[in-house]
Amino acid sequence: MIRCRKPIVRAPLRNSQVPRNRFHLPLSLAHNSLRDYRSPVPTLDPKALRTQFPVLHQEINGSPLVYLDNAATTQKPVAVLEASRIYYEKINSNIHRGVHRLSQAATAAHEEARSTIARHLNANRLEEIIFTSGTTDSINLVASALGRSSRLTAGDEIILSGLEHHSNTVPWQMLCERLDLTLRVIPLLDDGTLDLEAYQKLLNERTKLVAVNHVSNAFGTVNDVIHICSQAKQVGALTLIDGAQSIPHFKVDTQLIDCDFYVFSGHKIYAPTGVGILYGKHDLLCELPPWRGGGEMIKEVAFEKTTYNDPPFKFEAGTPNIEGGIALAAAIDFVNNLGLEKIAAHEGALIKRAAELLDDLDGITIYGPADRTGALSFNFDGIHHYDLGTLLDQMGFALRTGHHCCQPLMNRFGITGTLRASFAAYNTIEEVEALASALKKALMMLR
Amino acid sequence: MTISEKQQELLDELNLFQDWTERYEYVIGLGKKLSPMDESLHTPERLIKGCQSQVWLDAGISDGKMSYLADSDSVITKGMIALFVRVLDGETPDDVLSADLSFIDQTGLKEHLAPTRANALTLMAAQMKKGALEASQA
Repeated sequence: MIRCRKPIVRAPLRNSQVPRNRFHLPLSLAHNSLRDYRSPVPTLDPKALRTQFPVLHQEINGSPLVYLDNAATTQKPVAVLEASRIYYEKINSNIHRGVHRLSQAATAAHEEARSTIARHLNANRLEEIIFTSGTTDSINLVASALGRSSRLTAGDEIILSGLEHHSNTVPWQMLCERLDLTLRVIPLLDDGTLDLEAYQKLLNERTKLVAVNHVSNAFGTVNDVIHICSQAKQVGALTLIDGAQSIPHFKVDTQLIDCDFYVFSGHKIYAPTGVGILYGKHDLLCELPPWRGGGEMIKEVAFEKTTYNDPPFKFEAGTPNIEGGIALAAAIDFVNNLGLEKIAAHEGALIKRAAELLDDLDGITIYGPADRTGALSFNFDGIHHYDLGTLLDQMGFALRTGHHCCQPLMNRFGITGTLRASFAAYNTIEEVEALASALKKALMMLR
Repeated sequence: MTISEKQQELLDELNLFQDWTERYEYVIGLGKKLSPMDESLHTPERLIKGCQSQVWLDAGISDGKMSYLADSDSVITKGMIALFVRVLDGETPDDVLSADLSFIDQTGLKEHLAPTRANALTLMAAQMKKGALEASQA
């Protein structure tokens, strides 16, 4: 096992114990200005909550916007928009190297964001949190670093599931092609859940990695990732959980899941696009080689030989999305202030009501298990999902149509795509009811 | 009737409808009235690439006049291509090639379409002209 020197935090992180300011800098700029904007703790009254999302208050083609494409990206609350704005207005500067006040303030705010995210994921230490540009970037980082490590040799196997987004498929396929590895896929049962018995049979001593999503973006299926990781561990395989669709909807505890890597995107959890997180177990991050070279990721550079920095910096070459990281922490504070349990209860009620109302419509097929999170996917006999999406758009509804970047999953069910309604904390029961009425109208036009 | 007269006639018809739903229903109806295209003609070569829904176009020539068959798995897309078929079917390849098809911008349909779908209209028009070019060179 390779040990890194100089851990940023030596003791395990506990929520109350995480140092707020590991740089011991004058935080008058960073701290205060980035906290002052925060509005009082909102309650999960969706109507009140909506006032904090400026984009929701508009009309499309004369009808109020009903935004139900949250699995693609979420809208941003004022708290997040303000965090971005204040960063640029007050402390914009490059981080980790400047002697001057602004750079120190920006560095402190950036590292505090890391600490907020570490606490939220219940990471063991701050160095386990790597800023990336998003889920796709995080997965490519792991695939690339693993590919350069000594952990994989020709003939080894990687296991994915039939529910995966292309971003948790293609990087592994590319790695398999490069290193002559074999890709195995956990098949799906007809209800859109994973066949865990088949998974058990796929695992063997050649399995080096299991990469599955926590929640399916297409069907809303929630996978038993604790079980999946513990089974993988028994054959010595690493695990990566794609949390893009879980992180906005419920509390994720990386120590409880006991995965080796957990990845997500900021923009799915009310933060801006272009920032994301890779959580990785510290020993692994120390062991794995870097994948991108540049500033920040080095210890010493000489033309003869460059030595690399310790994690997390080893994997953060170049100037990061500083504002994005700070805004992501603001978004995480935002959901924690709301209460993820309250969000989950509210969204669960929305999706259940939507399934009930839609189930009454003639010719509908609803995909995935009855117990779903975030997304509801469906089709109507003889109707193209794109036609329905177009007519719903006319009526002000934003839904996603198509294969949802899950072509293998669509093929499994013999379809080219679905219509998908996906929910966030600011959606209302009234919107769900309006969707059912709008679908009825659209179906009358198309039949 | 010239191509531009046919375009004006279509626009006049669409302008009878104030409500977008009626306008869409009319366009969907035009698609349903298209001459049937045999399934055997649903070949990859006839598929217009770049559209989210599948749309097939067959361009032929008889007695010096273009003859178009079109189909789609999306009824809205089929209605859209029916607009072009109505305007260009039965015209000479030269007339099709020189036709100004900007009437589609005045239908009020394009502004309501997602960019991918508006782009599909451009692709359809281009494909119909390509068919005319090939026919004129054959």
